[in-house]
Amino acid sequence: MESKVAYQNELNLKATELRLGLPGTDIESEEQALSSARNNKRPLPDNTKECGLKCSSDDAQHSDHETAPPAKAQIVGWPPIRSYRKNNLQPKKTEAEASGIYVKVSMDGAPYLRKIDLRVYRGYPELLKAMENMFKFTIGEYSEREGYKGSEFAPTYEDKDGDWMLVGDVPWDMFMSSCKRLRIMKGSEARGLGCGV
Amino acid sequence: MNHKRKNPDPSPDSDESTTQLSSPFPDEVLERVLSLLNSRKDRNSVSLVCKDWYDAERWSRTHVFIGNCYSVSPEILTRRFPNIRSVTLKGKPRFSDFDLVPPKWGAYVHSWLLLFATKYHFLEELRLKRMTVSDESLKFLALSFPNFKALSLLSCDGFSTDGLASITTHCKNLTELDIQENDIDDKSGKWLSCFPENFMSLEVLNFANLNSDVNFEALERLVSRCKSLKVLKVNENMTLEQLHRLLVLAPHLRELGTGSLLQELMPRQHSELKSAFNNCKNLNILSGFYEVTSIFLPVLYPACTNLTFLNLSYAALRSDELSNLLIHCPLLQRLWVQDSVEDEGLEAVGSNCPLLEELRVFPASDPFEDEILHGVTETGFLAVSYGCKKLHYVLYFCRQMTNAAVATIVQNCPDFTHFRLCIMNPRQPDYQTNEPMDEAFGAVVKTCTKLRRLAVSGLLTDLTFEYIGKYAKNLETLSVAFAGSSDWGMECVLKGCPKLRKLEIRDCPFGNAALLSSFRKYESMRSLWMSGCKVTMDGCRLLAQEMPRLNVEVIRECGNDGCQADKLYGQERMPHLLFSLFELCTNLETLSVAFAGSSDWGMECVLKGCPKLRKLEIRDCPFGNAALLSSFRKYESMRSLWMSGCKVTMDGCRLLAQEMPRLNVEVIRECGNDGCQADKLYVYRSVAGPRKDAPPFVLTL
Repeated sequence: MESKVAYQNELNLKATELRLGLPGTDIESEEQALSSARNNKRPLPDNTKECGLKCSSDDAQHSDHETAPPAKAQIVGWPPIRSYRKNNLQPKKTEAEASGIYVKVSMDGAPYLRKIDLRVYRGYPELLKAMENMFKFTIGEYSEREGYKGSEFAPTYEDKDGDWMLVGDVPWDMFMSSCKRLRIMKGSEARGLGCGV
Repeated sequence: MNHKRKNPDPSPDSDESTTQLSSPFPDEVLERVLSLLNSRKDRNSVSLVCKDWYDAERWSRTHVFIGNCYSVSPEILTRRFPNIRSVTLKGKPRFSDFDLVPPKWGAYVHSWLLLFATKYHFLEELRLKRMTVSDESLKFLALSFPNFKALSLLSCDGFSTDGLASITTHCKNLTELDIQENDIDDKSGKWLSCFPENFMSLEVLNFANLNSDVNFEALERLVSRCKSLKVLKVNENMTLEQLHRLLVLAPHLRELGTGSLLQELMPRQHSELKSAFNNCKNLNILSGFYEVTSIFLPVLYPACTNLTFLNLSYAALRSDELSNLLIHCPLLQRLWVQDSVEDEGLEAVGSNCPLLEELRVFPASDPFEDEILHGVTETGFLAVSYGCKKLHYVLYFCRQMTNAAVATIVQNCPDFTHFRLCIMNPRQPDYQTNEPMDEAFGAVVKTCTKLRRLAVSGLLTDLTFEYIGKYAKNLETLSVAFAGSSDWGMECVLKGCPKLRKLEIRDCPFGNAALLSSFRKYESMRSLWMSGCKVTMDGCRLLAQEMPRLNVEVIRECGNDGCQADKLYGQERMPHLLFSLFELCTNLETLSVAFAGSSDWGMECVLKGCPKLRKLEIRDCPFGNAALLSSFRKYESMRSLWMSGCKVTMDGCRLLAQEMPRLNVEVIRECGNDGCQADKLYVYRSVAGPRKDAPPFVLTL
């Protein structure tokens, strides 16, 4: 009862002194409903700041507010960059996304394996060029019909199901999320890949 | 010569010298001399010397700059300057770029065009910033001015690509079409195809910020015809192949805006593109990029030798990518980047760009979407200041800063004219000492005596503003957000900065005392903006009374007709009541409802179903106009209806009042109270009086 009265004073409900609820109604749901009503108001920075400070003492209400510190609440027109530019911002990166995706790269006949960070490349051309540089060889030209034609090497990768797939068939993002390791196949095995299995 | 005498008769006789001390100085000579003056400050000074000079100046002026379209009227302008060929007009307050000004605020260009059509029939250039331009206006422009040559639109709104089509179709002498960062309804790229096949005069074409595809063949033909083309900025959708073809046609370009540089390049294409860039010997300015792959960037290197301005602000480059690029840009004077380059990237700037004068670092991602993990800090800024001694313009969005770093930076570069620092977390202190950032800005204003523009951020007390008022003697523009401790801060600035012209403040604890402390000051300024401060309607009214030549406008968003009518009353004010929910029943006389219901249907049921209903009071329910108007005759059989915090709008209330003339329909608009917050205040001087096109949510005091 006391907390409710204190809360009413905060909201300055004196003007109407209206209270929702049948006798015996749950207090929690009332406070939640009140807090969600507050959120319907225009998001003035002052309001969000007040919310952050005053609500910290009232836990029942706090569940509706974000757990991030008040400074992270959306402020209209901040930071001050033109709407046009804001709409062009890159999508956010989570912690997990920001760190690299390192996969092993093996080449048939090479004495040891290498590791590369798939995050660093933005598409197949970059990746293939990097692999060519790393192992000093050339990959042939890619075509959907014949795989990599023109050299005795073919880049392949192991996907989540454990199958060996030819690099380049699926969209880059899909490849990045399913690639577990890379292998540069050589010789007859590689050519075998070119003849539609 | 002790004084000048006006010579009314410009006949050859009058050219003979007289023995008097004064010599006749024919108007034509004076006008001829003054016509060589280009700087508007000089021209303003000249016009104040004497009446003759005022007249000569006004006849010889061909370009006019109007910093606030409401400070003067088209009539006053055309009366004073009869020979204008080029007009620059700025409209909305700058904070409208950040969504702080509601739509339909004003700054319509149409009334200007109407008068220009008769008074400035030979108008050649129009440059608009933050104005509202309609397709109708653009069509009118295209049809009314036969000599029209140059159109530039920045941060404008209200028009679509149809309007652009009018321009390209009808302006036979067009040399410049510059469409930058506008809120445009981008329907299609057909406007480009509207240039006639024999049209050849284009020198500047910028459609970088339009997203619709244009017909590439039409563009190619246009570029090949327009031999004088110097500036070409294409949009994101242009492929590398297309870019290559354009470069081959126009190697003489001075400014190039590329499209997205994402596609895969075969080696042959790679070298072709590189050689095309190599042929662009005149390239000074490069922009665009959008998304770009590392392997593409080396293609640009040959074109970078003469670059003075590199705009990478739409590309999230990494530090190594930027570093490799900058090695090839020794003459760079202006650089715009995203903070994805991080401090390492900025160190490369410091190492490679000794001639750098301007640096802008924009945030690469929305800081509120995510923790600001990356981006730039004081380290990057310091590195630039050590390497680039000529730096005088900076716009820097960062996640942390220290007082010590800023002090060192301005010691390294004391010639700052524009210092705009944005620490992205509002009210963030010096992260090392945890103190306010007062000393940082103190150092800026004490050291940089040439400072004309300043934007402050971080945790700031009144001390910052004491420093500004005391030291920033050349300051013209000041932007303040989430700063200051009391009225005293703003008072210091108003009393101290003699050249202050624009002051824009948001979310600071400045109130009426500050606003009214130096109201005469506002007459020497272009404008003042205060939003989210502690100013009240009383204070604004007082200012308006004391200074009748100022326009004092308050934006009240709750006044919008389409927006919530916060409180609507029936006939008499509801007394205080405790209430509870009752079962609906046929004998119900009084019903009180709060935070209930899902739609209009709920209230409709009550109005239609309870025959003895006399008092209905509702708060914070989702009942709107449909419910209110569903049974309006019902209200005549009731004592009263109260609805607050519902979805009823002013339109609905008005309709009810019209339908039921015997009902009193009253709406309480809280923001009309004198003692309450004036949420957004815009004050500016004007010789045109209060504007007549203010929307309903703008209250002119």
